[in-house]
Amino acid sequence: MSDAILTLDNVYTNIAQYHILQGVDLVVPRGAVTMLLGRNGVGKTTTLRSIIGHWRAHQGCILFDGEDITKLPTPAIARLGLGFVPEDMGIFADLTVEENMQLAAVSGPINSARLDWIFTAFPPLKTFWKSDAGTLSGGQKQMLSIARAMVEERKLYLIDEPTKGLAPAIISTMAKALKDLKQQGSSVLLVEQNFAVAKALGDSANVMDDGRMIWSGEMAELGRDAALQERLMGLSMEAH
Amino acid sequence: MIRSLLSGDMPRSLPLALILGGILACLALAPFLFPGVRTVDTAARICIFIVLVASYDLLLGYGGIVSFAHTMFFGIGAYGVALTSIHLGRGFDAIAIGALAGAGFAAALALLIGLFSLRVRAIFFAMITLAVASAVAVLVSQLSGLTGGEDGLTFKTPRELGPAFKFGKETFGGVLFGVKLNGKLLAYYFVFIGALVLFLTLLRVVNSPFGRVLQAIRENDFRAESIGYRVVYYRVAATCLSASVAALAGSLYAVWLRYVGPDTVLSMELMIDILLMVVIGGMGTLYGAIIGATLFVLAQNYLQNLMGAASELVQDLPLLPELLSADRWLLWLGVLFILSVYFFPTGVVGRLREKR
Amino acid sequence: MSAAPEHAPTMAQATLADRIGPYMPVLLVPLLALAGFLAIMNPASWLTLTVSGLAMGMMIFIMASGLTLVFGLMDVINFGHGAFVSVGAFVGITVLMALGQMTAAPSLLLNLGAVLLAVIGAILATGAMGWAFEKVIVAPVYGHHLKQILVTMGGLIVVEQLIIVLWGPEEIYFNRPEALKGAVTFAGAAIEKYRLVAVAVGLAVFAAMRWVLRRTKIGLIVRAGVENGEMVEALGYRLKLVFVGVFIAGSALAGLGGVMWALYQEVITAHMGNHAMILIFIVVIIGGLGSVEGCFIGALLVGLLQNYIAFIEPKAALISNIALMVTILMWRPMGMIPVVKAK
Repeated sequence: MSDAILTLDNVYTNIAQYHILQGVDLVVPRGAVTMLLGRNGVGKTTTLRSIIGHWRAHQGCILFDGEDITKLPTPAIARLGLGFVPEDMGIFADLTVEENMQLAAVSGPINSARLDWIFTAFPPLKTFWKSDAGTLSGGQKQMLSIARAMVEERKLYLIDEPTKGLAPAIISTMAKALKDLKQQGSSVLLVEQNFAVAKALGDSANVMDDGRMIWSGEMAELGRDAALQERLMGLSMEAH
Repeated sequence: MIRSLLSGDMPRSLPLALILGGILACLALAPFLFPGVRTVDTAARICIFIVLVASYDLLLGYGGIVSFAHTMFFGIGAYGVALTSIHLGRGFDAIAIGALAGAGFAAALALLIGLFSLRVRAIFFAMITLAVASAVAVLVSQLSGLTGGEDGLTFKTPRELGPAFKFGKETFGGVLFGVKLNGKLLAYYFVFIGALVLFLTLLRVVNSPFGRVLQAIRENDFRAESIGYRVVYYRVAATCLSASVAALAGSLYAVWLRYVGPDTVLSMELMIDILLMVVIGGMGTLYGAIIGATLFVLAQNYLQNLMGAASELVQDLPLLPELLSADRWLLWLGVLFILSVYFFPTGVVGRLREKR
Repeated sequence: MSAAPEHAPTMAQATLADRIGPYMPVLLVPLLALAGFLAIMNPASWLTLTVSGLAMGMMIFIMASGLTLVFGLMDVINFGHGAFVSVGAFVGITVLMALGQMTAAPSLLLNLGAVLLAVIGAILATGAMGWAFEKVIVAPVYGHHLKQILVTMGGLIVVEQLIIVLWGPEEIYFNRPEALKGAVTFAGAAIEKYRLVAVAVGLAVFAAMRWVLRRTKIGLIVRAGVENGEMVEALGYRLKLVFVGVFIAGSALAGLGGVMWALYQEVITAHMGNHAMILIFIVVIIGGLGSVEGCFIGALLVGLLQNYIAFIEPKAALISNIALMVTILMWRPMGMIPVVKAK
């Protein structure tokens, strides 16, 4: 597993008295898009939050790029090169789009080539550059959230449901941007409910249920096998 | 019988039960066990502070709300009795009217403050009560025509509660176990029984369904709200109840002292004393109020002398005499207070119950 | 730094109320000044009172700003904030009295030098104390409001008592430096020089604070942290460190406010911080907990109102602040400029 950027080994996470993660194993290969799938409430978001350190894994081990980050504080984990797009987008509504982006550029001024690329992927961000982020629409906020992660090159992007609640037109913008990211050879761990998007982007797939990983393999294999999909994720999966 | 008097809230610890029983016996027989003006005065103050502290604990320990206006409510009750006794003439009717009016006014004021602050967030309450209580204290000093200003008011209680009133001459020759049977003795029992009734009432309240909901809110207000309890209503009700009991305690204090003044019933120092008594005794249990108030009043009366003596012992050293001077006892109480909140938030009662 | 927008999008016309809404708090200050003018009907007295109200407001703002930011950033409510006001005043005035020759000399430069040294002394002392206070008193009770209130109140008592141990229980009277004594006459109104200085310092502090918050990276982190601290950390910033910095800065500002307040009153007592806390709380509540702008406007309103009312009906002055608080909370229950938490 020398080409793994991130490895979770038997991770347990509790929130208050609830045992949410009960021994999660996960390998995220370098330079590929890894899907994290599963029904609602099985622990996908908790897995991402445990990686970034918002919630603490109280057992097990999380290795990022060869370093044990299980007990590191969140800022230190982020500085190792993790870009995080939370489920609620985590937009700073009182700050302008520009200020949101400046803040995300941790190591200095924004690289203009990267900014051009972001503007090409998400044109509305250019239009509303000086507006308060709170005034953006839901889709635009999601673009800003992803753009914040992309503003600097990260070793791994953790992206939580980027297409949730968005109109189909915006979903395709989002999917295209993620594909861009993939073509640049970035490593991505993506939580996604939209199976069409997952099928189009994913290299490998991991399916969770009840706080554990129940299936890992090639995305293409899962995409082909309808019976397997139904067994792993039930009927709730919509195929656009 | 005892169980129902205590509303089923037993001490649940043998040492605690013994201590509480001891305190109760001492207070019940104080004029006979410790005859002397100062000791009986101390006992009466303990009775009143137990009620005051217990009513505060209803807010802090059971409701999870910090108030800095408790002395204001205490003062309202005290001034109520003083004003009616002056303007309606001495008599039990004046005391009753003053006490009830004071309790009613305190509850109304608490309702107003509560509605304003608690519907937004509980910490507003702490800040707003601090502001309102200070404003009222200033107002009382300024309206000297009505309140006597800084000097306060001296008034007469019914003759039966004064030292000049003698009774029992025929049967006991005016003396029982070496104690003169006079109005002061009756005044003490007036205070003692009043305090006992108020305390048992509070005990009933906190062990009622209402009290349980309050505790649920303290543990997790979000969850209590989602089960369907209107958190604001319960908190405001607790505030009003607590305020009116504090006012009644103030009325008892006024009857005992036959005097009210801003320093004795409204000062910020008194508010801090109450906080200390609650925390030392133990938040969230009314028995903590008994222990806290008793320890504190005794310490206030006797520890200061000790500090004075210690200060004299080290008078040649730099700074130490200043630190140990009897006037600086609030410094050490402050330190004790911080340490108790950190290291034993359940107070003496919590500790005793753990050791069970 | 980067490409400007190519076109400005147009918005649908909002109603008048919607458009005025956000500026309403700012408008309240001139409105109150106008109301004061109508109630007093004497331009000279009005001007004197307005300047003194603004001066008082500025000083309250300086004392209160740290409290509101600390709350916004870390959800920490510090009831011991007043201790920094007292300590700032005592340290500053002690320095000033030690420099008696400089303050008594009729030289503007020497006078201001002495005041500057006093202010620096106060800021250093309260900044260091803020650091210790955060470590010892506040840090162990993060996320627990009830304990925070109790423990910080305990901290206030201890600091007050220590002041009495070090400086004695009596209030200390002193004289302002020569250059800050006296008044200037403007349009028939006598305006104390010191009040003008206080207004100028207050405006400078507010401007500096806004500049830091709007134009620097640390300001961005603070503003973002008030809204969503978790996300700021996920971007790689150590919010705890920023918070300690803000706590120290807020304590130092309270110390500065303490010196200014002391120079205004020309007397210091160990309880002055505790008394100032009452106004400080009113100001941060009506401003909206966490909002620096709200705190500024709230402080000006309180200062102006208190001075106008004290002129019209002295006994009602303190009550007027309570009435102001009640009115504003009826209008906006979270304060004038509510800070919305993302969580």
